[in-house]
Amino acid sequence: MSTAPAPDPAVMGPPQEAEVVSRDDEARGLCTLHLRLTDPAARAAFRFQPGQFNMLYLPAVGGVPISIASDPAEPEHLAHTIRAVGRVTRVLATLGAGDRVGLRGPYGRGWPLQAAEGQAELRDLIVLTGGLGCAPVVAAIGYVTARRERFGRLVILQGVKHAADLIWRERYDAWAELPDTEVRLAADEPDRHWQDHVGLVTDLLDEVRFRPQASVALVCGPEPMMLAGAKRLVELGVPAEHIWLSLERGFQCGVGHCGHCQLGPWLVCRDGPVFRWSEIGWLLGTKGF
Amino acid sequence: MTTPPKAPLPPADGRRRPRLAVHKLSSCDGCQLALLNAGESLLALAERCDIVHFAEAGILDLDAEADIALVEGSVSTPEERERIQAIRSRSRWVVPMGACATAGGPQALRNLADAEVWIGSVYPEPQHIQALPTADAVAAHVDVELSLPGCPVSTQQVLDALATLLAGASPFAEQDKVCMECKRRGQVCVLVTRDAPCLGPVTVTGCGALCPGLGRACYGCYGPAENPEVPTLAQRFADLGLAPDAVARRFMFQQSGAEPFQQAAQDWRRRAPDGAPGNAGSAEQGHD
Amino acid sequence: MTATRFLPRERLQTLFERIGDLGYRCMGPQVRDGAIVYDDLSDAAALPVGIGAHQAPGRYRLEHYAHARCFAWANGPQALKPLLFAPEETLWRVTRDAAGRLAFAAAAPPSQRRAVIGVRACDLAALALQDAHFAGDHADPGYVSRRRDLLLVGVDCGHPADTCFCASTGDGPAVSNGADLALTELDAGFLVRAGSAAGRALCDALPLRAPSDAELHLGAAEIEHARQSQRRSLPARNLRDALFANLDHPQWDDVAARCLACGNCVAVCPTCFCSTEREQPAIDGREAARVRLWDSCFSAEHSYVHGRLLRPDTRTRYRQWLTHKLGGWHDQYGRSGCVGCGRCIAWCPTGIDITREATAICTADQPEGEA
Repeated sequence: MSTAPAPDPAVMGPPQEAEVVSRDDEARGLCTLHLRLTDPAARAAFRFQPGQFNMLYLPAVGGVPISIASDPAEPEHLAHTIRAVGRVTRVLATLGAGDRVGLRGPYGRGWPLQAAEGQAELRDLIVLTGGLGCAPVVAAIGYVTARRERFGRLVILQGVKHAADLIWRERYDAWAELPDTEVRLAADEPDRHWQDHVGLVTDLLDEVRFRPQASVALVCGPEPMMLAGAKRLVELGVPAEHIWLSLERGFQCGVGHCGHCQLGPWLVCRDGPVFRWSEIGWLLGTKGF
Repeated sequence: MTTPPKAPLPPADGRRRPRLAVHKLSSCDGCQLALLNAGESLLALAERCDIVHFAEAGILDLDAEADIALVEGSVSTPEERERIQAIRSRSRWVVPMGACATAGGPQALRNLADAEVWIGSVYPEPQHIQALPTADAVAAHVDVELSLPGCPVSTQQVLDALATLLAGASPFAEQDKVCMECKRRGQVCVLVTRDAPCLGPVTVTGCGALCPGLGRACYGCYGPAENPEVPTLAQRFADLGLAPDAVARRFMFQQSGAEPFQQAAQDWRRRAPDGAPGNAGSAEQGHD
Repeated sequence: MTATRFLPRERLQTLFERIGDLGYRCMGPQVRDGAIVYDDLSDAAALPVGIGAHQAPGRYRLEHYAHARCFAWANGPQALKPLLFAPEETLWRVTRDAAGRLAFAAAAPPSQRRAVIGVRACDLAALALQDAHFAGDHADPGYVSRRRDLLLVGVDCGHPADTCFCASTGDGPAVSNGADLALTELDAGFLVRAGSAAGRALCDALPLRAPSDAELHLGAAEIEHARQSQRRSLPARNLRDALFANLDHPQWDDVAARCLACGNCVAVCPTCFCSTEREQPAIDGREAARVRLWDSCFSAEHSYVHGRLLRPDTRTRYRQWLTHKLGGWHDQYGRSGCVGCGRCIAWCPTGIDITREATAICTADQPEGEA
């Protein structure tokens, strides 16, 4: 007979009810829901790391994994930025203040910022994102800007397909004002107001200044973009074990049971979603994985 | 699944209840009956939406506008071809239900034959028969938002789809093969234990793996699943001893109009000694 | 294991009775629909007496013999997996009130003590892997509850099928651990070893005697014969590197031309653990249930990520299954995910043989640097 540990109800149980406090319309098909767990005890107990995700659930519809885009220092407020592309996200994107959802989480292994901060030689931080990949790093950027003296130079690069897809311009503008911080934006298809780079965001790696050997990179976005970015970072001299990528798979359970995020030797929801390039580079981008 | 259908119904806003219509084309009414058999759930459904047309339930308004139009039956006559266009123009979600509406049904067997000859041999005065050259799935004539296959449809599947639509979401589209459902139910495989020519490995479930559960080979009434390896299964049937004609006939039931099944039927008929199935004998051999 | 004892065949029923006395619902192998299946069983006479099971790729046939043995077959399509990792299970229910508030309720964990008689060594090895998966850090409530209340009576496998290869994976044919009680079937009765406190208590309650030297010798000889008679095998080494070094091997195309992507191999595999969640909405709009179902890496939904399929075709799906089963498992659970039960060979509708595919991919064209 088994002597297994008792299941953890907070992680393995049903969702908690959460209320939509407010909603931001970010761009066409993109919105941010600001959520609050309705149970005070659950709200007080909730903690998360930058880069972790929650499962959001709607009765009669289903569930979907969404990364947490708000500040871990204020875990009572949970922001989730949602692109309406699938069955569940299309309905989530119709919600407004007062609506209720189910929330399970947080799940996964987030950005390893604590390991990168406060080194004898301060680490430069390169944040390379594409499309909605900007959402899982917002909390990480917030972590860094709150501890600015514990990191070196901060380079933030975000790419979008159409200029109109860019969200949070005011945040990028604000980050650009921080000391020793460089922010560059790229659009494949600019509009007439676009003033930054036209082309791929990975092009910008050759235009910004950082110390490759002393840098840590956080990379998140479509996989072709992550592959190109990680390879260029390696060519520029960033150690492969200092390049971190956040992967997206069809997470359902969040705890490595359902197998939908099975990738080579990993279960991405449990072992990731953030991986080192030195771990994952050999397999990422292989068709079928 | 890879291309989500257009925006679902808006959530109930209290101003107007969603309207549901249940239409019939060339069919046996079995799918309407499957919905009628929902019992108490049908009453609950009637409390959430206005049922504006549902002939089997005695509600008649053929021209009513609807948010959801369930359509039973294939498009087989010129009149039906006009009617499905009219249904399309008056409905937000057109949902074919059942093998006839999703694949043409048994009447689509005539698509594989010379229908004129059949009509001539069946009817004493064939000039009175108004039939299109082929019996078609609804989607061959108009865009559809969702398909609910089966012969007949499963009551639960229809109710789940309606409940999801009424919640403002696109219904989940079942894609699993019958084998998965058969194994979940702990049923013993009739192909492996008895060489029964079971279509479970290529057929989408939703039926609850009903036939294998009763010891019979699946005959594919829900139609092809996603990624159906039909040529591989047909070859397996031949390896198990089915004559080419009998292999072809396994794919010529309610879903002969579904492309992968139709292709297999045509391929294996060509391999039969006389290039086409005879009229006797092989049908039984092809059955389990 | 404690000292071996002997249970005469005519007293086999006392095993069922004593287990029942301890408050367990007895389950065991029996014939149904042309196969050996596990279901409720309280009468030793309902065991598959005189039954054998011939297995070959894509083929399973019961055979009838004039002997009195009841475990003279290798296995059926399922054993322990469905009893613990339920094929369909409600995870939670939710209700929505008139104000739109949601109330979630976890499904009540099952609580029934069950005993399974006639478990094979391969299935006990698979159980250990399922335990590692479902009862580890994030323990699954339903699984843990059912596992906690499980009593296992193993029976050494003296009649491996042609599809069996547990000897090469090191998981059989003899029951070595994981069972509360282990039996070796002889014509006259059963050699009995206890493997836990519960098993020892059971032994104390059974009409056992000391076995003769001849009986002990017979038992050992049968197991050794069962080991020697297995003709299939998997390469003994860790195949992870060989598989991932051969992701473009032409054998993947070859097997894809024979594979139906139907998921039968996954469903009968005693270690496969994939599941999917489904919503069951009530038509009144006020309730819904979240249900977990067995899934397979051969389904489309399994590789669905935000509007695209990572594995759209059979080739990539079969490759996902095999590279995980024989590769990724080593990293995740310290061993291969295959216990040599051979079910995926017998229950594959087209008879695909995992040992043949793995051998073709890993040894026919071994890349440089491979041992």
